[in-house]
Amino acid sequence: MTSISEDSDKEKVRSVSVDLNNDASLVIDIPDALCERDKVKFTVHTKTTLSSFQKPEFSVPRQHEEFIWLHDTIVETEEYAGLIIPPAPPKPDFEGPREKMHKLGEGESSMTKEEYAKMKQELEAEYLAVFKKTVQVHEVFLQRLSSHPIFRKDRNFQIFLEYDQDLSVRRKNAKEMFGGFFKNMVKSADEVLISGVKEVDEFFEQEKTFLLDYSSKIKDASAKAEKMTRSHKNVADDYNHISGALNSTAADNNTAFKKTISVCVLQKLEDRVASDQELKLTELLRYYTRDIQAAKDLLYRRARALADNENSNKALDKARLKGKDIAQAEENQKQCLQKFDKLSESGKKELTSFKARRVVAFRKNLIEMTELEIKHAKNSVSLLQGSIEILNSN
Amino acid sequence: MAASSERSPPPFPDSEEPELLEDSDEGADAFTGTSISEMDSPSPDSTKPPKDIFNEPLEDIFSDPLSNINSEPQKKVDTKIPSPSSDEAVDLFSDPLDDDSEVVSSPEVQNPMPDLLNEPVQAPKSDVLGEPPVHKNAARQQDIFEDPPKGSSKSSSVKKAASAELFSDEDEEDLFKELPKVVTKKPQPSGPPVDVFTEVKSDVKVKPQVKDDPTDLFAEEALTAPAPKPSASSSSSRTNGVHSEEHDLFSEATVELSLDSPRNDRKKKDAVKPSVSAPVAPVASSSSKAPSKTLEELEEEESEDTFDLNISVTNPEKVGDGMNAYMAYKVSTQTSLTMFRSKTFTVRRRFSDFLGLYEKLSEKHLQNGYIVPPPPEKSILGMTKVKVGKEDPSSAEFVERRRAALERYLQRVVSHPSLLQDPDVREFLEKEELPRAVSTQALSGAGFLKMLNKATDAVSKMTIKMNEQDVWFDEKIQDVENEEQHMRKLHVMVESLVNHRKELSGNTAVFAKSVAMLGSSEDNTALSRALSQLAEVEDRIEQLHQEQAANDFFTFSELLADYIRLLGAVKGCFDQRMKAWQRWQDAENMLQKKREVEAKLLWANKPDKLQQAKDEIAEWEAKVTQYEREFERISATVRKEVIRFDKEKARDFKRQIIKYLESLLNSQQQLIKYWEAFLPEAKAIA
Repeated sequence: MTSISEDSDKEKVRSVSVDLNNDASLVIDIPDALCERDKVKFTVHTKTTLSSFQKPEFSVPRQHEEFIWLHDTIVETEEYAGLIIPPAPPKPDFEGPREKMHKLGEGESSMTKEEYAKMKQELEAEYLAVFKKTVQVHEVFLQRLSSHPIFRKDRNFQIFLEYDQDLSVRRKNAKEMFGGFFKNMVKSADEVLISGVKEVDEFFEQEKTFLLDYSSKIKDASAKAEKMTRSHKNVADDYNHISGALNSTAADNNTAFKKTISVCVLQKLEDRVASDQELKLTELLRYYTRDIQAAKDLLYRRARALADNENSNKALDKARLKGKDIAQAEENQKQCLQKFDKLSESGKKELTSFKARRVVAFRKNLIEMTELEIKHAKNSVSLLQGSIEILNSN
Repeated sequence: MAASSERSPPPFPDSEEPELLEDSDEGADAFTGTSISEMDSPSPDSTKPPKDIFNEPLEDIFSDPLSNINSEPQKKVDTKIPSPSSDEAVDLFSDPLDDDSEVVSSPEVQNPMPDLLNEPVQAPKSDVLGEPPVHKNAARQQDIFEDPPKGSSKSSSVKKAASAELFSDEDEEDLFKELPKVVTKKPQPSGPPVDVFTEVKSDVKVKPQVKDDPTDLFAEEALTAPAPKPSASSSSSRTNGVHSEEHDLFSEATVELSLDSPRNDRKKKDAVKPSVSAPVAPVASSSSKAPSKTLEELEEEESEDTFDLNISVTNPEKVGDGMNAYMAYKVSTQTSLTMFRSKTFTVRRRFSDFLGLYEKLSEKHLQNGYIVPPPPEKSILGMTKVKVGKEDPSSAEFVERRRAALERYLQRVVSHPSLLQDPDVREFLEKEELPRAVSTQALSGAGFLKMLNKATDAVSKMTIKMNEQDVWFDEKIQDVENEEQHMRKLHVMVESLVNHRKELSGNTAVFAKSVAMLGSSEDNTALSRALSQLAEVEDRIEQLHQEQAANDFFTFSELLADYIRLLGAVKGCFDQRMKAWQRWQDAENMLQKKREVEAKLLWANKPDKLQQAKDEIAEWEAKVTQYEREFERISATVRKEVIRFDKEKARDFKRQIIKYLESLLNSQQQLIKYWEAFLPEAKAIA
C-alpha cells in the first residue's frame, strides 16, 4: 500500500516524451495514486475553464481498466479514424519488485540486519520508481487527449474526467480477449492484403515506408535500451552488495577499509544513473514505440479506407454495368471517397504534427538525459576524489 | 694434526703425490691413506681454484709463518706423529689423536665425499678438544696442532726436497692462509682471490659479535641457514648436516674464548676452500651461515626502507603444440642487491616452475612458521583452452590473468626478507636452466600423495584440540577465519560486478548499434545527427565500461583472490604452530608416563631398570624442552609473520583501492567529457 504525492516530482514526471501544448483551458494531472493489491487507483485531477464541464475543478478516482476503456471507445469511434490515437498506458506491473520483496522476506534470516535494511530500502526505491512510472504513463495518456483539439471534446473523455462514480467497466472477459486477438489477426492479414493496393498519394507512401522502418528500429532500440538499463541496475546492485560486504569486513577489520563509505554512495549514484537513464531514454523509446504503432494504425485505417474506396468504385462500375442499384452504389462510392479524403487530410495533418512532436520530445529528453548523466558523473567524481583524499591522508 | 694433514691434500695437484707419500713416512699410515683417498675424490677441475690462490700468497709465505712454524711446532709434530706413546704434552696430543683415530675410522673419510663433511666434523671436535686449556695460548696451540702440522711436516719435506718448489708453494699456501690469522689474530685472510673469501672475511668480522648472542640466535640461523648458499643444488642435505654441526659448535663457542670461533671458522673455510667438488657452495654454506644471519638482518632493515628489487613477468609464449604445449613467461629482474650476480637479468620460466618454487619454499619454510605466498592455482580448463584454442579472447584473457598473478606472486616472494634469501628463489630468478619441476601436476602420483597428506593433515587438525593460552593467537586465528569468509564473499560479489559490467558493456554496444540504425532512418536531419552522435557516445561508453570491467577485475577482484590464497597460507602457519604445540604436548605426556614408570620401579625396588628409566626421563625431558623451545620459536615467528602480513595487507589494499578508485574516477571523468560533448548536439535538434 503505497501512496505518493506527485507534486514535488511533477516536473520530472511530466518530462516523458510528449510535448503538450499548455492550454490552460483543460489541465489534467494525477497528483496521487493508491496501490491496493493488484489494483491501482489514480486520482485524476482536472482543472478547466471549458463550459462543457460542470465545475472548474474536480478530481475522480480512476483505475487502469477505465483508462483502457477510454482508449478502446476512442479507437472504435469512426470519426477518429483519421487521427493518431494516443497509445493506451501499459498495465501496471509490480510483479518484479513484489517478488523480490517476497524473496527478501524469506531470506531475512540469512542476512545481517544492515544488509536486510539496505536491501529493503533498495527494493522500496525500485518499487517507488515503477509506481511513479505507471502513474506517469497514465497521466501522459490523458494529457495527450486533453491537448488534442478533437479528443478533448470527446464525450466519453469528459465523462471519464467528470463522473465521480465508478464507471463500472469490467475487465475484458476471455471471449472479448479472444475477439480482440482475432481482430488483430484479421487486421494484420488485412494489412498484407491492402499492401497490394496501389498508393495514390506519395506523402502517405513515403510516410508508410518510413514508419514501418522506424517502428522496427525503435522497437529494437527500446529493447536494447531496456537491456542496457537492466544491466546498469545489476551493476548498481553489485555495488550495493560490495559495499555491504566491505562494511562487514571493515567492521571486523579496522585497517584500511575506508573505502566502504564511498562505495556505498557510489552504488546509490550508479543506481540513480540507471533509473534516470531508464526514465529518460528507455521510456522515451518505449513511448514512441507505442506512438508509432498508433501512427501505423492510422495508416492502416487510411489504407483500409482507400481499399474500401476502390472497392466501392469497382462496385459502382459493376452496378453501372449491370444497370441496377446504381444510385446506391454511387452513394456508397461517394461516401467512401469522402471518408478517404477526410482521412487522408487529417492523417496528413496528424502525421506532420506527430513528426514535429517526436523531434521535440527527443530533443527534450536527450538534453535532460545528458544533463543528468553529467550531473551524476560529476557527483561520482567529487565523491571519488574525496575518498581518495581520505585514503591518501591516513 | 691428522686433520690438518688430511685437509691439505685435496688441493694438491697430482704431482705431489710422491711428496705426500714421503710425508707419510713420518706420519701414520692411516693419514696417508686418508689423504690419498681424499685426493682421489676431488674432481680434476678442482685443482684450479687452489692454484689461483697459491699464486698470490707466495711472497709472504716465507716471511714469518714459516719461521714460526719451524721454530716450535715442528718438534711437536715430530713427536706427535709417533702417536700415543709420546709422554710430552699428553693432554694436548691425546686429543688430537682421538681426533685422528676418529678421522681414520670414520666412514666419512673413506667415503669419497668432499671434504666439506669431514671438515666441519673435525673442526668442532678439535675445538672441543682445545677447550680444556682455556686461555689464549691454548687456542693458539691448538691451532698449531691443527694447521702447522701439515706445514711443518711439509716444511720438513721442503727441507728435504727443497727443489720441489711447487709443492712447497702449496703447503705454504696452507700455512699462509692459516698462520697469518693465527699469529696476528687478524680476522682477515690475506689476499682472498675467490669470491667466497669476501664472504669469509665479513664472516670473520662478524662472528665475534654473533658469538656473544645467545644460542637462540644460532638456532634461528640454522633455520635460515640454507638461504645464503648460492646455487648449491645438490648439497642441501649435506649442508644441513653442517648446520647442526655449526649449531653445536657455536653454542660451544660461546663458552670459548673469543678468538677461537673465528679461527675455527677460518680453518674450516680454508680447509673447505681448497676442497673441490663443490667448492663454492659448501664454503658459502658452512662459512657464511653466521653472516647470513646478520646480513639478513641488515637486509631486512633495508627492505623496509628501500626495497630494490623489481620483478616483472612478461611475454607469455606458447611453447610446443597439442597437449604438451605450455606457456613460458619471461621473468626479468632488476635489482641493486649485491646478492645477485648482475643488476638485470632475465630467465624464461614455465608455470610449473613457479609451482615448483612454491613447493620448495613451503617445504623449507612453512614448518618454521613463515607465510609462504602461494602461487595462482592450476587451471586445467583454462590451460587446455590455451593449448587447444587458437586466438580466442578468453584464452588470451586467461594468459594475461595468469601472467599478472605470477608477477604478483613473485613480487610477494621477494618482498619477504627471509624468502628472498632462499637459494631457490635466487636460482629461480637467475639460473638459465632449471631442473624440470616434478610433482606439480595436478593428476600425477605425487599430486595424489599430496592430496592424501592434506587429507590426513585436515583430519589431524580436527582431532587436535589446542587450548590456546595466547590470547593474541586466539584472536588472530578467529580474525583470519572471519576475514577469509568476508573476502570470499566480497570476491564473489566483485566477480559478479565484473560480469555485470561486461554485460553492460555488451548491451551498451548493441544499443549503440541500434541507435545508429534509428538515426539512419530518422528523417529529421538534426535528430538523425544527434542520434548518430548518441550512438557514438554510447560506443565510447561501451569502451569505458569494458576498461572499467578490466580494472574491476585486475585491481580489485584479483587482489581479493590473492588475499584469499594468502589467508590460506596464514592459516597454514597457524596449523604448523599447532602441530609444534601438539608435538610438545605429546612429549610432555610421554615424559609424564616415563616418570610414572620410574615411580613404579622405585616402589617395586628394581634398581637395574631404574637406571634405564632415568635415562629415558632425561631423554624425554630434553625432548620436552626442545619441543617447547621449538614451539615458542614457531610462535614467535608466526606472530612476527602475521604482523608483517597484516601490515603488508593494509598497505596493499590501500594502494590497490586507491588505484581502483582512481580508475573509477578516471572513467567518470571520461563519461563527463563524452556527455558534455554530446550536449550541444542534443540542443541543436530543431
